[in-house]
Amino acid sequence: MAAFDHTPPPFFKRGPAPLAMLTLYVAVAVSLLVLDARFHYLDMLRQVLGVVTHPLQQLAHAPARGVSQAGEYFQSVDALQDENQRLKHAKLENAPLTLRLQQLEAENARLRRLLAVKERQPASGQVAQILYTARDPFTRRVVVDKGQQDKIAAGQPVVDDAGIVGQVTRVYPFVSEVTLITDKDQAIPVQIVRNGLRSVVFGLGNGQLELRFMPANADVQPGDLLVTSGLDGIFLPGFPVAKVLNIERDTSYSFARIICTPVAGVENFGEVMVLAQREAPPPRPEPAEAVDGAPEEKAAKAKKKRPPRKP
Amino acid sequence: MQTTFSSSRILLPVRPWFIALSLIVALLLNMLPTAWWPGVPDWVALVLCFWSVREFRKVGMGWAFLLGLAMDVADASLMGQHALAYVLLAYGAAAVSRRILWFPLLQQALQILPLLFLVPAIQFGARMLAGGEFPGFGFFAWPLVAALLWVPLTFMLLLPQYQPVERDANRPI
Repeated sequence: MAAFDHTPPPFFKRGPAPLAMLTLYVAVAVSLLVLDARFHYLDMLRQVLGVVTHPLQQLAHAPARGVSQAGEYFQSVDALQDENQRLKHAKLENAPLTLRLQQLEAENARLRRLLAVKERQPASGQVAQILYTARDPFTRRVVVDKGQQDKIAAGQPVVDDAGIVGQVTRVYPFVSEVTLITDKDQAIPVQIVRNGLRSVVFGLGNGQLELRFMPANADVQPGDLLVTSGLDGIFLPGFPVAKVLNIERDTSYSFARIICTPVAGVENFGEVMVLAQREAPPPRPEPAEAVDGAPEEKAAKAKKKRPPRKP
Repeated sequence: MQTTFSSSRILLPVRPWFIALSLIVALLLNMLPTAWWPGVPDWVALVLCFWSVREFRKVGMGWAFLLGLAMDVADASLMGQHALAYVLLAYGAAAVSRRILWFPLLQQALQILPLLFLVPAIQFGARMLAGGEFPGFGFFAWPLVAALLWVPLTFMLLLPQYQPVERDANRPI
């Protein structure tokens, strides 16, 4: 009977059936996708793999960096002198404002103390260089050259010389990822400077922002400046975010469609400032009706702890 | 192994380190700052597809999965997005490899094209389900370029396996 055995001879062995391996790998990949998209559990795995891919990325970006540095070196003296002149001008123009700023801040602090209002937290942070855009075409993110080594943590705001650029969303040992304010998932609580109206501005993904859920008769005008309101406990209040570009008021919708453009050079490369984390805001007051039962209390506690960014 | 099964040229066996080297170089090419321009091929997918067609016993879904994870981390995309696409690509390439090598190179490229289209299509589907923004039609352009590169790529990656043509009158083979 052994002569009619139908199993193939051992030298044609291919290991497990390809279809079984495919099922296994697809199952693992799909569960990774779900874990990452829904629960954000995989930051540790990302950091471990990042240690391997980081040197390769550095190597890949070395030629481009070299070319740009050589370009800067050969930039003509003319252009540099021109830029120098312009910067001196700008400094002089701003001088009246900046010179009095220290005195005004001191006065503000004194007045706030007199009124027994909590003092404003001074802004501090560290300068970081934007290394490259993340290759992922589905989101708007950049990578900056400061990471865990420089005590960067997820959730820190990132600004440039004109306003808010984005927020740190992932931190690796040597670099960190900044989600730009124009990303589709990014939302920032803002306030209109002209009348103090509060709202939330959302990224649109095409380089613009939208002020959503504003009633059609809201007092918003083209050219209005939006600054951070600081209600989220993450961004310090008063940083410029966007300017209102145009407003469509359609009576068939209850909300106006308000399109804004970012003030900061969000899509430009250059240096940015990663602001230090804000002091924790005071705890929220308890809701009016007392909650009893362990699971509900747990839910209320979980609500108080804010995630650094909306998933 | 021959360039195609219908050619009479006999190739040397492939060296494993050369496969590894070509895949690492492809990974490096994918990380270049130019890699996100529309139409620039996903080199890892292309080289992986090549080796999965020619050497499906040596390069398979395990390599595809690992390279996919590396690309996910380097791209800052969703974990598993590249891995899923590459694994399916490697499986598809291995499944058609016995048939595809009977065709001349240009027709091979034509048959590889739908396999390569699988990669952006799967990534697009996964990201849309997770709520990403539409990346533009340029995102789907690279398989066309990659299919055009199939012929030069075949010659380049098979270079170390060619042997010098020595005619011996007494021993014809």
